[in-house]
Amino acid sequence: MANIISDETIEYVGILAKLELSDEEKEQAKKDMGSMLDYIDKLNELDTSGVEPMSHVFPVNNVFREDVVTNGDDREAILSNAPEEKDGSFVVPKTFD
Amino acid sequence: MSLMDIGAVELGKKISSGEVSAVDAAKDALAQIGKVEKDVNSYVTVLDEAAIIKRAEEVQQGIKDGIYSGPLAGVPVAIKDNMCTEGILTTCSSKILNNFKPMYTAEAVINLEKSGAVIIGKTNMDEFAMGSTTETSYYGPTHNPWKLDHVPGGSSGGSCAAVAANECSYALGSDTGGSIRQPSSFCGVTGIKPTYGTVSRYGLIAYGSSLDQIGPIAKNVSDCAAILETIASYDPKDSTSVKRDSYNFSEALTDDVKGMRIGIPKDYFGEGLDDEVKSAVLAAVDVLKDKGAVVEEFDLSLVEYAIPAYYVIASAEASSNLARFEGVKYGYRAEEYEGLHNMFKKTRSEGFGAEVKRRIMLGSFVLSSGYYDAYYLKALRTKALIKQAFDKAFEKYDVIIAPAAPTTAPAIGDSLSDPIKMYLGDIYTISVNLAGLPGISVPCGIDSKGLPIGIQMIGDCFNENKIIQTAYAYEQTREYVSCGLCR
Repeated sequence: MANIISDETIEYVGILAKLELSDEEKEQAKKDMGSMLDYIDKLNELDTSGVEPMSHVFPVNNVFREDVVTNGDDREAILSNAPEEKDGSFVVPKTFD
Repeated sequence: MSLMDIGAVELGKKISSGEVSAVDAAKDALAQIGKVEKDVNSYVTVLDEAAIIKRAEEVQQGIKDGIYSGPLAGVPVAIKDNMCTEGILTTCSSKILNNFKPMYTAEAVINLEKSGAVIIGKTNMDEFAMGSTTETSYYGPTHNPWKLDHVPGGSSGGSCAAVAANECSYALGSDTGGSIRQPSSFCGVTGIKPTYGTVSRYGLIAYGSSLDQIGPIAKNVSDCAAILETIASYDPKDSTSVKRDSYNFSEALTDDVKGMRIGIPKDYFGEGLDDEVKSAVLAAVDVLKDKGAVVEEFDLSLVEYAIPAYYVIASAEASSNLARFEGVKYGYRAEEYEGLHNMFKKTRSEGFGAEVKRRIMLGSFVLSSGYYDAYYLKALRTKALIKQAFDKAFEKYDVIIAPAAPTTAPAIGDSLSDPIKMYLGDIYTISVNLAGLPGISVPCGIDSKGLPIGIQMIGDCFNENKIIQTAYAYEQTREYVSCGLCR
């Protein structure tokens, strides 16, 4: 396997991805990501110099509209899906003391 | 005889002429669900029977009053569980959305409702549409109605199985890398992935936003054309929605392929393709040749680069799109945690399944500082080259024909152990998403194990009508074959 994924890399990816992995999951993730990247390295065979990266197949432009409210008061409906809510707001754990 | 035995448009005609009622149709769908759903598991949610019947009665009245005049009025439909439906559980087959009831409905589904659709339920899928087998669903795998110990394909496996098993008349699926065409092939039904931008993605829970498209799954090409006509629309709420010159797809339903230029990419018929699939697809090509199509082999090139480019792009977009699931606004929240960040992490780690985590991590990695150019931009450059290769091919051909998948449906449990092997199963479908093209999968045979084979027809952007015409002409030479559960 050409791509050796270090413990540090998996820790870092865990932070970026906001995932908490068990030791077992970390080992599996190192193996999976290594073999995926080996496979993806195939792209390096291709000469892409001078080729513009294509994010969309059609030209996409910003879509502007007037800043006018078109929906009604959906607060109750939105909050009905929240794991925890209070006084019309989402409740999250305390973030600072 | 069940009303689910016939096609959606044919049923619509019977309903609008008063020969049968929308309630009869809904009851037949529910009766078949009662009979086979415990074995097939096509649905995550079947709506409450009373609610379905009430809606069917309303539609029946609406037809009488002239409110609903479209070909699908009163016809029972199943919706893939990644499309939001107001007040109806929408899970994406994930634990993290196990209690999510959207407060709005996806535009494609609204378009169906406006034309008198009767929704039966929400279909099972690979979690967040990441998979090719419908085995990664938190709600258990869907079984292939043709052979219950085989997968239906994926990720729209529930939708395709529901159509094949007569648990609805037709269904909506979504296709990011083959998720309509491949399971349609595995289940012996017909499915279209439209040109990117044709059907609004508003209310479709995003996986790879630059690749995702909603499309129809049904028993035949005419049904798919009618469904696509109904769901396709320009939608300002989707910034990638395209205003098309024409939304008339049914006009392409002519049994005539004289002079149709068909290209056969040699690179799609080489190593890795199952012999039985190959001969069934080539036999179908011969049928078209006999009907006057001009068939030629050519080298498409770049085929082996499509899957690696896809997994970089789709995973990158997924890692960003799935950042919204963190246990604050909706869905699952971990029970025990310490502080905000730990709550995010625990919620996501407990809420997502293994394949979803794998792709989020890969996506986070390829977008991270130091790797962005080497992986993400490289993949986008590869995508540009793949698009060019198709552009070149479509200068010479109207339609490109390929298998929908290299094999027929694998047995349940055979695919998940080796992710790369599973990803390779998408080799004939993935480039179409990268290039934004329309593709259709049509049944073209049954292998020696008794599993359906599908032929894929690919068109240039906005040329759905060429593939619909070719598929329709081919279909006229063949009867619809239903699975054993429907007989």
